[in-house]
Amino acid sequence: MNTVYALWLRQLKRFVRSRARVVAALGQPLLFLVAFGFGFGRIYSQAGEGDYLQYVSPGIIGMTIMFIGVFSGIELIWDREFGFLKETLVAPVPRSWIMLGRTAGGATVAVVQGFVVAGVCMAFGFRVSGLAAAGYGLIFMILSAILFTALGSGLALVMPDFQAFQFIIQFLVMPMFFLSGALVPLKSVPPALQIVASLDPFSYAVDGLRAVLVSSATQYGLATDLTVLSVLAALLLALGARLFSRIQI
Amino acid sequence: MIRVRNLVKMYGDFAAVGDISFEVQQGEIFAFLGPNGAGKTTTIKMLTTLLQPTSGTIEVDGLDPAAQPNEVRTRFGIVFQDASTDDQLTAYENMDLHCVLYNVARNQRRGRIEKLLRLLELWDRRDNQVKLFSGGMRRRLEIARSFLHTPKIIFLDEPTLGLDPQTRNHLWTHVQELNQQERVTVFLTTHYMEEAARVAQRIAIIDQGKIVAQGTPAELQANTRTGTLEQAFLALTGSTMREESVSTVDRVRFNRTKRTKRL
Repeated sequence: MNTVYALWLRQLKRFVRSRARVVAALGQPLLFLVAFGFGFGRIYSQAGEGDYLQYVSPGIIGMTIMFIGVFSGIELIWDREFGFLKETLVAPVPRSWIMLGRTAGGATVAVVQGFVVAGVCMAFGFRVSGLAAAGYGLIFMILSAILFTALGSGLALVMPDFQAFQFIIQFLVMPMFFLSGALVPLKSVPPALQIVASLDPFSYAVDGLRAVLVSSATQYGLATDLTVLSVLAALLLALGARLFSRIQI
Repeated sequence: MIRVRNLVKMYGDFAAVGDISFEVQQGEIFAFLGPNGAGKTTTIKMLTTLLQPTSGTIEVDGLDPAAQPNEVRTRFGIVFQDASTDDQLTAYENMDLHCVLYNVARNQRRGRIEKLLRLLELWDRRDNQVKLFSGGMRRRLEIARSFLHTPKIIFLDEPTLGLDPQTRNHLWTHVQELNQQERVTVFLTTHYMEEAARVAQRIAIIDQGKIVAQGTPAELQANTRTGTLEQAFLALTGSTMREESVSTVDRVRFNRTKRTKRL
């Protein structure tokens, strides 16, 4: 267990020491918030849907967590190519602990960034329903962070290099975001898109997060959201641990 | 301490290591000398549980790395050819993390870290992030770290690559000190003849995946009727140039873009 803790701590130290990362990670969420918030906001409220900021903020917070989580795979590739990963691979500890420590570290960083973005949304006027809502929201944030960090690590372990990983970002992460209901309510999109959305794990993360943070109706139901996220997170962790134990360099 | 019999590693039909056998005695400094792409690193990777052999047997302190990786891992320390420290962490934090990974007793950690960092002249820089270190300092840190958990064997894979003569000289002095003080067996690879002749008690010359000769530096010179180890080396391996890369193997395996960042 010390190993998991030490590797978790390592990742937090790395995060705190590169403040540029904290600021850079704010850029994209801010852009979406401003562009969509002001762009769609008026149309949305004219259509009688209410305050768009309340709708879109949970999606932006979720997006931050998903992006940071999946991107943590880049750090793993970097470590494998140039650095510290070898040190952990020859250490006399089960590889699954190494995987767990890394995922815990990456997921924590993602949640912290999620909080920073939540703070920004609140500065623009976003309001959470209450303290309990924030607590339930944290559960969804943590679950999503684990899921997408494990996904990032898994992808990094099967991708040969950075270029391939960037390709993944284009063809997996952006569609996961845009097709999820983060920006537009799924109940108003065509049925075909609804089916696509239901295959997108990020849809469940956003649906759950939004439902608890602003007490809105859910698309899939909270129990479904929780189940899908937990099962997927567990599966991806197990898969990652397996891939990790097989690394040969 | 190390016993290797008929070790083979194939990538497709390319033999990175083709049927080699050798032994390393406890407490000795043993050098694997060979040109680039000879199979030195591949052999080290198989000895250190990072790669599964295609065939043959390996014993490290009586254990099989493929069957009992974690037992074998507690017994050796390694300095890789590429950097493997975390450069966002300080020297001390890197050392401390290693202690956690190797389960070094808590009450011994500080003493061990201080002793080794002092020996390698890094104690005054212990609280600096490794990214501020020069190539030579990073190497010294890696060497200090590899000794932390009092291993029985140390693997040094081209530890002086890219370092200036002064730093190389110091580094070997340190390695010899540690070999004496900690009674550690040292297995090193290099393609610098004079280094092998200086520090190693026994040398195996490897070329194109095969061991072409082994013995003490004096024996190798005598057998090839040459005056220096360099001449012996050229007599044994021929003087044609080798393809300049670490990665004959890497390219076959990964088909990756070549690494650009070296120490």
